[in-house]
Amino acid sequence: MGSITLKKVAKRFGDIEVIPPLDLAINEGEFVVFVGPSGCGKSTLLRLIAGLEDVSGGVIEIDGADATSLPPAKRALAMVFQSYALYPHMSVRKNIAFPLKMAGMDKASIDEKVNKAAETLNLASYIDRRPGQLSGGQRQRVAIGRAIVREPAAFLFDEPLSNLDAALRGNMRIEISELHHKLDTTMIYVTHDQVEAMTMADKIVVLNSGRIEQVGSPMDLYREPANVFVAGFIGSPSMNLITGNAATEEGATTIGVRPEHFHLSMSEGKWQGTVGVSENLGSDTFLRVEVDGIGTLTARADGEFPASLGDTVYLTPDGERMHRFDASGLRMVR
Amino acid sequence: MARAVTLNRRLFNTGLAWTLGLLIFFPILWTILTSFKTEAEAIALQPALFDFEWTLANYQEVNSRSNYPRFFMNSVIIALGSTLLGLLIAVPAAWAMAFVPSKRTRGILMWMLSTKMLPPVGVLVPIYLLFRDSGLLDSRIGLVFVLMMVNLPIIVWMLFTYFREIPGEILEAARMDGASMKSEILYVLTPMALPGIASTMLLNVILAWNEAFWTLVLTTTKAAPLTQFIASYSSPEGLFYAKLSAASTMAIAPVLILGWFSQKQLVRGLTFGAVK
Repeated sequence: MGSITLKKVAKRFGDIEVIPPLDLAINEGEFVVFVGPSGCGKSTLLRLIAGLEDVSGGVIEIDGADATSLPPAKRALAMVFQSYALYPHMSVRKNIAFPLKMAGMDKASIDEKVNKAAETLNLASYIDRRPGQLSGGQRQRVAIGRAIVREPAAFLFDEPLSNLDAALRGNMRIEISELHHKLDTTMIYVTHDQVEAMTMADKIVVLNSGRIEQVGSPMDLYREPANVFVAGFIGSPSMNLITGNAATEEGATTIGVRPEHFHLSMSEGKWQGTVGVSENLGSDTFLRVEVDGIGTLTARADGEFPASLGDTVYLTPDGERMHRFDASGLRMVR
Repeated sequence: MARAVTLNRRLFNTGLAWTLGLLIFFPILWTILTSFKTEAEAIALQPALFDFEWTLANYQEVNSRSNYPRFFMNSVIIALGSTLLGLLIAVPAAWAMAFVPSKRTRGILMWMLSTKMLPPVGVLVPIYLLFRDSGLLDSRIGLVFVLMMVNLPIIVWMLFTYFREIPGEILEAARMDGASMKSEILYVLTPMALPGIASTMLLNVILAWNEAFWTLVLTTTKAAPLTQFIASYSSPEGLFYAKLSAASTMAIAPVLILGWFSQKQLVRGLTFGAVK
């Protein structure tokens, strides 16, 4: 249970084509992350799958059956919204019980399922409070609880962590991953945060202007980005994309070098540059280096690397891990 | 130092608020006081504030001369009737505009509001003729209808602003949770919109209760509400301030009491959803 297939699915708002026809297969039990910059159509795509928006063309299949014209309620999917979308006038217990009540389940079974979900998510201590009396993290858990009691074919998450502070976001990221291992249900997760995408996904779908740029495992995308967009989007800090002479020498229009794939030296190397701002994180230092004829590059150095503002350093890109792209931005095969 | 400034400022603000409050309330207070005076004291050149001979004679006289309960019932029927009828029309209208807006929604809302800028006297003749020809003059149904029309733009606007405060995602969540249209309205929307509907209703009951222009023009005896009751003490037999005041006090008392007990909802209603 829980495979989803999109065939030539498209969405237009009036004359504006938000999502040109696209195909995508999501396998049973997979954790798929839709990632891309704001306005790339990732939330719209999720809402099309949920049934909250009507498709302008194409077919959506859930578990092999055509679900294109089914209302959201009939698709056996559960969604967790960015704003949590809890019912403010109901207690936590009633919020979680609501989908079961709508399904016409008897009270005893509802109680049993709600209590079990509350236990799984550590909600028991505030089960009789209203959403207004809960913190952001607690509300997020209630929203997840409301989704899991239905035992859906798949979970849809729409930027669920973006309203939380950084520390809580890290914790919830792990909790959602653990939940996925425990339930073994398909999850589709929308985010603009590539760290969330890299750490949680089995499969990442990178979107840009409604088009799928690349689909693959996090390490596939990191090691072999299909084009300049994916190369620049995946990885933090992002890949250095270099055009001009340095690229032509390599027989490409653009070359890409990740900050962690430079060899740094104070005395010798391929490119000579001047250190600008450096960010020391303790374990690593990220140096912004101004290189003549190339521009500003970001390089990762050891936390104890002795360079500081104004120093001259030498950068040597690791040829094995250099990415080459042609004039249309596509990856060139070596 | 900062503290002293804050204290001064607070004293000033409190003083200002009380002064303004008293200034606004003074005419009502004066009317109530006058209703307990004799006619001679009521028109005295140097009127006393509290130091006069308190009498209930005016109330007795007003009660024996007019049938207060009949006017009162007419007011209740007209105020409640026009508000309920208005809600019946405005709830679906505001609903559609808040949750399925079109390109013209904003324009329609502004147009509706613009009708409130037309002086009522401008449409007096056509409406009077329509009422006369359809036999609605001096009828409660006619009055319910006309007051509903007068206040409809305000009801729609208020409900629209309340409905818009309900996040669309919550309704979508209900849909995802398997709620049918009926369950969505019954279990999610209505409970969330109820405070808004209640304060809209309250404000409009008060507006309709106080409406004088149409009630005075379109009624004579049968359907006459409390505004007619007050008016009947003003002109024909010369001015009797004390009795007029007694009648006024009796007319405004119900709505004053209603307003006192529902202050919180009213303030929320009047801020039009601007303050969360």
